[in-house]
Amino acid sequence: MFTFETGSGFWNPLVWIIIFVVAFLIGYILRSFGKRSYKEGTEQTKSFLSGNEEYDKEHMQIKSSNLYWGFTESFSWLYSILKKLHTGNASDYIVWFVVVLGLFLLAGVML
Amino acid sequence: MSILDTFVAHAPALIVAIPLLGAFLVQLVGRLHEKAKVVFALLTILLTNCFLYLLTYDVFTNGIRTYIFGNADLTLPVVRILFEVDAMSIYMALISTTLILVAFIFSWVYMKDNTGLDKFYTLMLLLTAGMLGMVFTGDIFNFFVFLEITGISSAALVAFWVHKAEAVEAGFKYILISAIGALFVLFAIALLYGQYDALNIAVLAQSIQFTFLDKIALVILLVSLAMKAGLFPMHMWLPDSYSRAPAPVTIGLVAATLASFYGVLRVIFSLYGGIYSGTDLALLSTLTSTKFMGSLLIGLALLAILVGVIMALRQTDLKRLIAFAAVAEIGYMFLGIGTWMAAKTVHVDPDGIATAISILPYGNLALQGGIFHLFNDAFDIGLLFLVAGVIFFVTKERSLDNLSGLARHMKATTIFFIIGLCAVAGLPPLNGFASKLLLYESTFQLNPILGIVAIVGSILLLAVFVKVFYAAFMGPDLIKTNVHKEPRSMIIAMGILAAVIIIIGLFPDLFLTHFVEPATDALLNFSSYTNAVLIGGV
Repeated sequence: MFTFETGSGFWNPLVWIIIFVVAFLIGYILRSFGKRSYKEGTEQTKSFLSGNEEYDKEHMQIKSSNLYWGFTESFSWLYSILKKLHTGNASDYIVWFVVVLGLFLLAGVML
Repeated sequence: MSILDTFVAHAPALIVAIPLLGAFLVQLVGRLHEKAKVVFALLTILLTNCFLYLLTYDVFTNGIRTYIFGNADLTLPVVRILFEVDAMSIYMALISTTLILVAFIFSWVYMKDNTGLDKFYTLMLLLTAGMLGMVFTGDIFNFFVFLEITGISSAALVAFWVHKAEAVEAGFKYILISAIGALFVLFAIALLYGQYDALNIAVLAQSIQFTFLDKIALVILLVSLAMKAGLFPMHMWLPDSYSRAPAPVTIGLVAATLASFYGVLRVIFSLYGGIYSGTDLALLSTLTSTKFMGSLLIGLALLAILVGVIMALRQTDLKRLIAFAAVAEIGYMFLGIGTWMAAKTVHVDPDGIATAISILPYGNLALQGGIFHLFNDAFDIGLLFLVAGVIFFVTKERSLDNLSGLARHMKATTIFFIIGLCAVAGLPPLNGFASKLLLYESTFQLNPILGIVAIVGSILLLAVFVKVFYAAFMGPDLIKTNVHKEPRSMIIAMGILAAVIIIIGLFPDLFLTHFVEPATDALLNFSSYTNAVLIGGV
């Protein structure tokens, strides 16, 4: 009932769940070995930023548009192409329809 | 005949008629009381679902059911429309009605402050009737009529927030794409009617000779419906429309888009099933074009996956981001069809003479994966759109740049988002993994690069939604407006979708055996579809 045959392999979600539960238990046991005597709000719980002052949480939040900056910057050439494709102009949407129609006509009718 | 048998016998007609009638009655009921129209619309869709469950049991037990409107005898003039419901139709109808039911529950509070709610429910019920008609009809012209009903009601719903310029623009784009797609579909139908003097899909399927005009009709039907299903590079209307519509409308649009995808399946496997599913050596001449078209579909599907996720990665508007992810998901479904077409092969003897044509086993596996993914996409993307709807309802913000720390206020929504995130990215043990696993394995056997691109697409999808999770739910509490908890009706709506996602994730084999395989077999078994009409004497 749980085993999912894929032709050349299989998948059993029950095994995955058991692994999750075991991993959680291991983590929980390790956590229980931790020190309970730390003092909140002191140096013990403060982030260490190479000796620099820690800003307020509000100023530390990375905005969504800055996330994956490295990826988007590296692929800026690709994004500039894709941006040109997505003009938002309804006439261009129809042009793409005509292009694909032409391609399929070539494949389906000429061959 | 018991009353239950009578209900089952008339269920194909009632399932379309109830929302159609309800769409007009809701205007009258709405005059009684403000809440009455919401209750009435909900009851209408519940009743439709009840009849659909009855029909589901019947079709899965007894096979294809046909229903004739008009002249039952084949005496001239034959003026009639025929519904033909097989396992694939049921599979698609279950997706559509469940999504619409969830949309109605969600809209209970979401839409309560809007004016013109009677029009909203009328259009939503018309959309439901249109989609159900598309999946039940066995008549190609009738399919066009329902396609138009779906398109017009969808366009009006996209522009429902008529005071917002972007919504009107999105509605205009939708109706333009929809009308052009439908006109081309009509042109293709005219080509077929002109040659064979028939509109019934089974009759046409039996008659098609694959002439030059048949090929043109096929291509036009395929490309027009693929545009309405949002295949790259004809997907550009999709982020515009999905992102500007109210959240309950958006999941209605997801269902409508998938109904067009269903149209693609019907064209390939039923209308032209004799050519594509056939393994007769006489079809040897069509093999090159079949494989080439399959390769084209695979190419566009891969581009859809990559462009969808790469564009999603850059978006800051949450609904637009999910819409681009939906484009990628549609790519996975087309990848399944393309792989099936490309898996058709010819066997030759040592002298180089063709002895047989067959579809390699991974082709059918890919098709199963694509059909399984049709269901998963509807529920996963649907859940994420509902989450986006809740966020907008609570914060009035669309931009991820202005959101942060929502997990502190909206714990249920956060959990539902995590479920949607894992499902759409194909993470085990949720439903998306099972269908993608079938697609990975089958496409890998055709060409390892295909499997690799499909996996990379899933990894990027995970990255896309991890970004959303970090930006919207984690971090400091930056929302200045009075953020309140999500209403109960919205939690119920999201809960229904999340429950289905988890159950299918835990029991993928049960779902595959009882729903996906019968649906796939219904498509592949071309002769049973035509024989139900031709030999069945209807």
